[in-house]
Amino acid sequence: MTALLSLQQISKRFRGLVAVDGVSFDVQQGEVYAVIGPNGAGKTTLFNMIAGALKPDQGGIVFDGKPIQNLSPDVVCRRGIARTFQLVRPFPALSVEDNVLVGALLHRHGIGEARERAQALLRRFDLFDRRRHPASALTLPDRKRLEVIRALATEPKLLLLDEVVAGLRPTEVDRLVAVLRELNRDSGLTILMIEHVMRAVMALAARVLVLDHGVAIAEGTPDQVVRDPAVVQSYLGAEAV
Amino acid sequence: MSAAWLARFSGGAWRRIFVLLALLLAVLLAAPWIVNDYLLTVLIVILYSAFTGQAWNIMMGFAGQLSLGHALYAGLGAYVAAVLFVDFGIGPWLGFLAAVPAAAACGAIIGFLAFRFGVAGVYFAILTIAFAEFARIGFDHIAAVNASAGLFLPVRQVAHNDVWHLRGDPTMFYYVILAATVVAFILCRLLLESRLGYFWRAIREDEEAARAAGVPTFRCKMYAVMISAALTSFAGVFYAFFYNNLFPEQVFNIGRSIEMILGPIIGGIGTLFGPILGAFVLTGLAESLNSIMAAFGLSMPGATQVFYGVCLLVVIVALPEGVWPPLARRLGLFKEWP
Repeated sequence: MTALLSLQQISKRFRGLVAVDGVSFDVQQGEVYAVIGPNGAGKTTLFNMIAGALKPDQGGIVFDGKPIQNLSPDVVCRRGIARTFQLVRPFPALSVEDNVLVGALLHRHGIGEARERAQALLRRFDLFDRRRHPASALTLPDRKRLEVIRALATEPKLLLLDEVVAGLRPTEVDRLVAVLRELNRDSGLTILMIEHVMRAVMALAARVLVLDHGVAIAEGTPDQVVRDPAVVQSYLGAEAV
Repeated sequence: MSAAWLARFSGGAWRRIFVLLALLLAVLLAAPWIVNDYLLTVLIVILYSAFTGQAWNIMMGFAGQLSLGHALYAGLGAYVAAVLFVDFGIGPWLGFLAAVPAAAACGAIIGFLAFRFGVAGVYFAILTIAFAEFARIGFDHIAAVNASAGLFLPVRQVAHNDVWHLRGDPTMFYYVILAATVVAFILCRLLLESRLGYFWRAIREDEEAARAAGVPTFRCKMYAVMISAALTSFAGVFYAFFYNNLFPEQVFNIGRSIEMILGPIIGGIGTLFGPILGAFVLTGLAESLNSIMAAFGLSMPGATQVFYGVCLLVVIVALPEGVWPPLARRLGLFKEWP
């Protein structure tokens, strides 16, 4: 296996605050990798740097063998990294289908062809029946799903999921987890996820990185990190053991 | 072409749309035989406003970029075509070919400055006003275009309508602006349903999310400004040859910019029928008001502007989407035709 994404000593400061401090890790091709940590640990900042929304102050990000730390978000997406937002951001007035269509148009120039691709994705994720509704009319779980579908429509090599199951009921979490696992298994999609819901992390991730105050404090399989004393101390809390 | 595509065109809503469009076009084509000279002039003003509204709508309605300085592009088009005609005897259609790159380049400069350096929202709108004002004050001091004394196009009596030189009676001008409005409508429809059109709508809805989905936002917004500016410049060429006089104080006035955006706002921003419907509602009602007041022997300068203000107020309170979207829903058209 080769590393699809490699972060090398990435740092980001906001004024005096060090949000991310010299974090390094590799995500292997075909892997599901999770980043966990308490609120304010720097997870979303890390994500924004990978997606091109923020420039790292120090360090490099290599994706598919090429440095990407100085590229803008649209170019990063074109290279094959698609993301979702922690607070979902569908295009509210556009129909569900047109939301996905925008993503599908990235690598397709014909509207008809892109629309077929969008409809196929909507069928697969059970949103086909609601394709004509404006995105603003969807429930939160459906909007989260739409966000994932729109990202997938850009045909990414790496999918970045920012707390995609947060706020969902356990049954909805299991449903989305099943879909993501299927994607990873069948199409070999590499997934990097930020997640608070340990239920989803334990079910999906092959490896987990734990961030605390911008510093990586542990890395390993889900079973290893939940037993790590430093992780329990800083994040999970004593009762989780 | 897929079967789904054909099905979309043979659906009931599509048939209603084409019937509606054909009827509207037939009435407009027949209008010069039906109405008197005064009403024909009103119709020219209405179609002019529909055309400029359509052009402005590309930026605001499709791509979500508020321009409050569109008089700049119309004024540039007017001056470029007028100077070429007066000084070099070059006709308006060739003049238009020169006006298009001039207006598009001007739009590109404003767009580049704004989009490159992150000037967005109201600040972008202020920038567009600033450039229109630069032009107004600048042209007021350019001797080559007669500065504030104004530029006059030679008027000569012609036996026949000369479309090539845009010299003729109001009926000819009416058909020219009608053709331009139809072309603008078709162009906007094609743009809206294109790849670029979907990218524009994504930017309008949420620019950051659009970028994250791979939309090249800078380039798409540049196209929006340039296409909108180029289209608007034709209105300027028409203006110059219809009125035969140009004053910087008039053509670059911020009032012209505001008049251009009232139609689409009242008709429905981002829709294809909105700018047309808005132009008819606004100019139609304002002219009716003027006629009624004239009939009663009342003269109140500024009454039209007050009326525009009241219209805007009523629409914003009662129909925040504009007049067209609720009307289209009632006619059962909205799903297929934005």
